[in-house]
Amino acid sequence: MNVALLIVVKVLGVIGVAFLSVFVGLLYKGIDRKLAAHMQGRVGPPILQPFWDVGKLLQKENIVPDNAVVWLFNTVPFFALISTITIMMYIPMGGLPPVLFGSGDVIVIVYLLTIAGISMVIGGSSSGSPYAAVGAQREMVTMISYELPLVMVVISLAWRISKLTNLPAFSLLTFTQYPLWSYTGILGGLGLLILLIVLLMVTPAELSKLPMDLPEAETEIAGGLLVEYSGRNLALFYIADAVKVVVMSSLIVVLFFPYEISGVLGISGGVAYVLDFLFFWVKVLGIMILDVTSIRVAAARFKINQVATAYWMPVFFLSLVGLGLLAVDMAL
Amino acid sequence: MAEHINVSYNVPVGPIHPALKEPVNLTFEVEGERIVDVKVKPGWNHRGIEFMGMERNPIQVIHLAERICGICSFVHAISFVQAVEEAAGIPVPERALYIRAIVGEMERIHSHLLWAGVAAHELGFDTLLHYSWQLREKVMDVLEIVTGNRVNYGMMVFGGVRRDITPEREKALFDMINYYRRNSDRLKELFLEDPTVKLRTRGYGILTYDEALKLCAVGPTARASGLAIDVRHDEPYAGYKYLNVEPILPDAYTGEVIGDLYDRFVVRLLEVDQSVDIIEEALEKIPEGEITSEPKLPKLMVTLKKAEGDGFGRHEAPRGEVVHFVRLKAGKDNLDSWKVRASTYGNLMTWPPMFKDTQIADIPIVVASIDPCIGCMDRVTVVNRRTKTENVLVYDDLHRLSVEKTRRLQRK
Repeated sequence: MNVALLIVVKVLGVIGVAFLSVFVGLLYKGIDRKLAAHMQGRVGPPILQPFWDVGKLLQKENIVPDNAVVWLFNTVPFFALISTITIMMYIPMGGLPPVLFGSGDVIVIVYLLTIAGISMVIGGSSSGSPYAAVGAQREMVTMISYELPLVMVVISLAWRISKLTNLPAFSLLTFTQYPLWSYTGILGGLGLLILLIVLLMVTPAELSKLPMDLPEAETEIAGGLLVEYSGRNLALFYIADAVKVVVMSSLIVVLFFPYEISGVLGISGGVAYVLDFLFFWVKVLGIMILDVTSIRVAAARFKINQVATAYWMPVFFLSLVGLGLLAVDMAL
Repeated sequence: MAEHINVSYNVPVGPIHPALKEPVNLTFEVEGERIVDVKVKPGWNHRGIEFMGMERNPIQVIHLAERICGICSFVHAISFVQAVEEAAGIPVPERALYIRAIVGEMERIHSHLLWAGVAAHELGFDTLLHYSWQLREKVMDVLEIVTGNRVNYGMMVFGGVRRDITPEREKALFDMINYYRRNSDRLKELFLEDPTVKLRTRGYGILTYDEALKLCAVGPTARASGLAIDVRHDEPYAGYKYLNVEPILPDAYTGEVIGDLYDRFVVRLLEVDQSVDIIEEALEKIPEGEITSEPKLPKLMVTLKKAEGDGFGRHEAPRGEVVHFVRLKAGKDNLDSWKVRASTYGNLMTWPPMFKDTQIADIPIVVASIDPCIGCMDRVTVVNRRTKTENVLVYDDLHRLSVEKTRRLQRK
């Protein structure tokens, strides 16, 4: 294939995936809000409400506080959104390979997730509000706490895959080609289950959702990191948050549930791609409902010392157990 | 050990903040997340109601008193009416006394359920907020059936009440009793057995017995610290004279008294059950008869105009004891003097000791734990308009002023 055509395809793919992820992110946010409302005995907003929210925010005045560091304050929302959307470029959706296939792996994703978090920290700190300062501290502490178990999960899986194949073990495409559940015994399956639980426990903190929404904690620090943001900047953070939910759910799907439906139904060709693509989004929706919606309506907010202790001690220990079981399973 | 570096900074909470339902200002000195010190500054919601009351005649003031507080509107009406009845010597029929107690208990149920929802919201547990407010709707509906209004019931009048409990209304009340009996276990399980709620409330915001006593805490805040005070039990009034009311302490549920946030949850939720029992007992014992000793308001007005004397009215509001003091002068249409001491006035000063060893995350729930009603409580701030400075009178100033006044009176 000639290089120019390749570049055109990639650019179109990047634009397509960017718009797709924003659209799905906002749509899923609407579904999440509606479902959460029903779980709480409320009616809830219309499913398309997030689109109206973004539209409204984009029309609103963008207020910058007097004592803010203006250029930082205005730049970081873009960083948050761009780094989050970039992750979607590395995620294989169903049978389709990732847009940026070959130029990055799961380690890049972990870094990009961190960039999204750090840009919120920078944005909060540059806004000059004491609430945002508290929120920034909390986001930093939360990030330091959950990164270790998160990376443990990723490395455990990659290590196990590296024993199966010579393909690059950290590439997400390899994860989809070698669904680990099929290659492990009972002990290994148990280990995988434990690693899955660890990843599910990390996700609410990664996404700043209840019960881990300490950096924003509306009743405590009035929205924390986002307290001074309004208008366009807030809209960008809002979209970034919505996309991040999809990103984390997709990551769980790719790492643990890469199975496709076309093989089961015995369909092949172009229809199979469409079917697998749709099935991928259904799986993402399922993970989001399980791990974001139903958890955030079922618990009170934790405190920062409780979060740090929980992730450093029991959750990290759990990930070690998972890795240990995988290793034992392979040795047997 | 390294030298202690002072890294504290100030976090203002209020007058407007999501953790607060009404304006009050708390300035926290924090180190990281840890609270070092707190300064409480009320005075943002003073409405001068006592002054307005002294410009009106007592019958008008009943409705004004009801509007002191939007949530516990009945408590101010009953305390005020009792104070005036005592000052003017107006008799009240027994049936009216029972009805007063029934409405008072219904208000306690709705206030405690409302509080439980707010407290859950402060913990970030919105599901419980919606659940307890859904339960609260029942008592609001029955309040509307019985009194005609969901808030500001307009039930009180000197010498009795304005609406009788008819058989249909009685049926609605029994319905409500059954409804809360059915749901009470689930309510307690959701609030008191939930691990995340326990994690946030057990052992935080402790108010010891001694401090509760010293700071004159009242109501559930005091009872959660083990102080067995309850006006309904200590100095029975209205229908409570004929009913069985025991102060509820948290050890009835947990077996021990710690005085933390959890204990305040326990006391309030148990009091919902207690109120249901009281209403049932009152409905069984309520005698037939008149509901007011003087239905004609002009005649009542004449009696009040002739009356001379002081009166005290006390009521155990959902938040604690409410006291109204009234002085009537013969030949004067209006009240000569009116003084309101709302329950939050007694509870406000329990905040600083509660904030010991807590974090920023605990601020909303500790603030909410005394169920503050700033609108009832707020007092004047003295502002010098020329120099734009505010004068806050602290304990020493007040003590000096009262000594000066006593001396002045002695000289006369």
